[in-house]
Amino acid sequence: MKLTLKVWRQKNNKTPGEFKTYQADHISPDMSFLEMLDVVNQDLIVKGEEPIAFDHDCREGICGMCSLMINGVAHGPKAAITTCQLHMRSFNDGDTITIEPWRALPFPIIKDLVVDRSSFDRIIQAGGYISVSTGSAPDANTIPVPKPDADKAMDAAACIGCGACVAACPNGSAMLFVAAKAAHLSFLPQGQAERHQRAVNMVMQQDLEGFGNCTNIGECSAVCPKEISMDTIARLNRDLIVASLKGIEPTLQPAEAKAS
Amino acid sequence: MSEIKKETTTRTGVRTVEYVKGLDSKAPSGPIEQRWDKHRFEMKLVNPANRRRYTIIVVGSGLAGGAAAATLGEQGYNVKCFCYQDSPRRAHSIAAQGGINAAKNYRNDGDSIFRLFYDTVKGGDFRARESNVYRLAQVSVNIIDQCVAQGVPFAREYGGYLDNRSFGGAQVSRTFYARGQTGQQLLLGAYQALSRQIAAGTVKMFPRTEMLDLVVVDGRARGIITRDMVTGKIERHVGDAVVLATGGYGNVFYLSTNAKGCNATAIWRAHRRGAFFGNPCFTQIHPTCIPVTGDHQSKLTLMSESLRNDGRIWVPKKKGDTRRPQDIPESERDYYLEERYPAFGNLVPRDVASRNAKQVCDEGRGVGPGGQGVYLDFADAIKRLGKQKIAERYGNLFDMYQQITGENPYEVPMRIYPAVHYTMGGLWVDYNLMSTIPGLFVAGEANFSDHGANRLGASALMQGLADGYFILPYTVANFLAGVKPGGLSADHPAFAEAEAEVADRVKRLLSINGKRTVDSFHRELGRIMWDECGMARNDAGLRKALRRIPELREEFWQNVKVPGEGGELNQELEKAGRVADFFELAELMCIDALHRTESCGGHFREESQTEDGEAKRDDENFSYVAAWEYTGDLAKPELHKEPLVFEYVKPSQRSYK
Repeated sequence: MKLTLKVWRQKNNKTPGEFKTYQADHISPDMSFLEMLDVVNQDLIVKGEEPIAFDHDCREGICGMCSLMINGVAHGPKAAITTCQLHMRSFNDGDTITIEPWRALPFPIIKDLVVDRSSFDRIIQAGGYISVSTGSAPDANTIPVPKPDADKAMDAAACIGCGACVAACPNGSAMLFVAAKAAHLSFLPQGQAERHQRAVNMVMQQDLEGFGNCTNIGECSAVCPKEISMDTIARLNRDLIVASLKGIEPTLQPAEAKAS
Repeated sequence: MSEIKKETTTRTGVRTVEYVKGLDSKAPSGPIEQRWDKHRFEMKLVNPANRRRYTIIVVGSGLAGGAAAATLGEQGYNVKCFCYQDSPRRAHSIAAQGGINAAKNYRNDGDSIFRLFYDTVKGGDFRARESNVYRLAQVSVNIIDQCVAQGVPFAREYGGYLDNRSFGGAQVSRTFYARGQTGQQLLLGAYQALSRQIAAGTVKMFPRTEMLDLVVVDGRARGIITRDMVTGKIERHVGDAVVLATGGYGNVFYLSTNAKGCNATAIWRAHRRGAFFGNPCFTQIHPTCIPVTGDHQSKLTLMSESLRNDGRIWVPKKKGDTRRPQDIPESERDYYLEERYPAFGNLVPRDVASRNAKQVCDEGRGVGPGGQGVYLDFADAIKRLGKQKIAERYGNLFDMYQQITGENPYEVPMRIYPAVHYTMGGLWVDYNLMSTIPGLFVAGEANFSDHGANRLGASALMQGLADGYFILPYTVANFLAGVKPGGLSADHPAFAEAEAEVADRVKRLLSINGKRTVDSFHRELGRIMWDECGMARNDAGLRKALRRIPELREEFWQNVKVPGEGGELNQELEKAGRVADFFELAELMCIDALHRTESCGGHFREESQTEDGEAKRDDENFSYVAAWEYTGDLAKPELHKEPLVFEYVKPSQRSYK
């Protein structure tokens, strides 16, 4: 296959970026999308040019490190997979492919296609956990969890934290990411004690990081490689309403609440 | 090493004292089921008010590192945790699919702590330390409790209780799982516990930061030198103890199931500073991976071993048979595992399944492009159980296979081939998980312990979390209780020296400006290792590799091309540093494989096999851990031996017939 690539190149977050065009010849349909970029990079290096920087690690769709807007769609044209699982047989010989980084205010660009997603970590730090110290757990079978609840918790827990939902959202909202974590823990009996405080704190941190509001557009769920449902957002909103009726206020420490 | 007094007491109360020469494992004596309890009581504690005065450096944020950092933070120590990924949630533990073993015996099917211990020692082909393995089996039950409390969504039965499955040929159902994403869910549990400590201020996290050297002061591990991968800044970090939980070194083979970033730099740098390297040649090759499609291949994808529960493995009886699989009649198919191992069939341990696949492919009976593959056929299972049942069990794996190969496994058999998956070898540690450098602890896949010469399925997650949640918090505290906190500045000459060495190396890599890319060297090294130090090894091949590796390393340092600068995000520079270390480690792996003229577990020396072609151990001469010391000359490391004593599980020839 022969392809034309239009790739976003940006030296760092202080320098403006631009699209550059590259020809990728000798591409096999069996290559993954990232292997195609590897091949382009090997040529660039030999020619004495700087290779294209992009994030990747496990290359099997689970670590959440890879990203890329491919022809304007987060993780490319195929549903329910990450960029590393996309193969070139999904494209046609002669195609022009536009490759961009995630674009959102709370995901500043580091270089080329690499962005800083540490805002996601700070949202989890604000309350995306069950407060249980090592050693204090009762026997695992003490509290039965109805299978349907365990299954729904697992559906939500499948989130890989890649940020596609934010990149796809016209508002740049992280609501699906926050809701997935909130739902994972709120479907389990172990997660009940902190359920409403957790919701309030994580949403507060989301706002502080500069993510937009959710207006139920649904782009997030459409591009999610793990097909996290928007039902989780409805569930999170319900938790927020209950929290406000109960008068639960955010309890973030000033240091945590500060976005970098 | 000096003479070591070894006292042993068997279960029947017979006490023996012997003096052996070798490394001291510091394993406690007494009945094995009481050793850990006794040791925990004997270890020293740190007063809670004093804990924040101690700084513990944890490198790696996977199951072992993340769990250790979180737990030590909970206990009040001042923890600094480092990872090369952009977030601790992405460590490669996340990719484990199948499950985690624990001796809960919830199924009432005869499991027990002793049986898990027994299976692990036997499965490791009698090259693991009994005391460690027993402890691992003991704490396995606490791990499941802890993870459930954290909200890990394990699979449940309709009554709401935890589900279990049999895994990797085990004859009891002791594997807990969360769909095909068990590693992910356990890691997120540890990550969330870690996040809670980061918020509480006990742990400071350094993502996108790579450890490039260990600093040893007065014989003690006192800190590390890191590179900020975004700014390129080289930094010094001082601590009272250092924990390395940086994973395995399977990427020495270039193609493996490891994540692209997995590397050996942290443990290799520690080795060069004095930490002995245990059993470096013990590598696990996983039998069910998707075959290589071409030179562009950047990594291999594993499919859960659970597929072997229902899939039947076969190749054509005839060499070079290029007919489509559905056109090959039953009588011309060779279901070689079922044939050779009637008792275990397709469920033989990983090393046996992998070796047999290689053998039939070497005979010219492999299938698919390049003949490097065997069929894993679900036609019979679909006929027996229906397509829906198979989709329920393996739907996500079938989808993944189709995604990668473009073939539909419901209609044509899958093609699989073995791939490098796990390294049982790693830095040598004693019972306290401390290396030969005082104050340097090593956990998870990065250490050599527990799995012997072959790891059983669903045991890696168990070991990582055991080390992180339940062992290091005790043994690190015991070490710290014996030293005064702090008292060392980052201005100490040892730090300045190590930093200068790291900076020089970075400068050197950037200044070579040769003609070949880092990847081209890495691929070539990987090919040598796969051919000569992979599934089967022999004297001539290993000697060939030992000639070839130093030549290629030499060429690397003359002719590699690393573009860009040091003071920015530079992915080629990161790779170059890692590959440079892989070159050195590869040589040690071959030296170790050459010296161990027996076969055991994943280490198959062609010269040492039974009449049936199975791995033949030589207990008389090789019942020890080979711990290698760096001497300054890569070709001449010094061998130290830790003798292995089996008091509870009598070594026997493994048989899966």
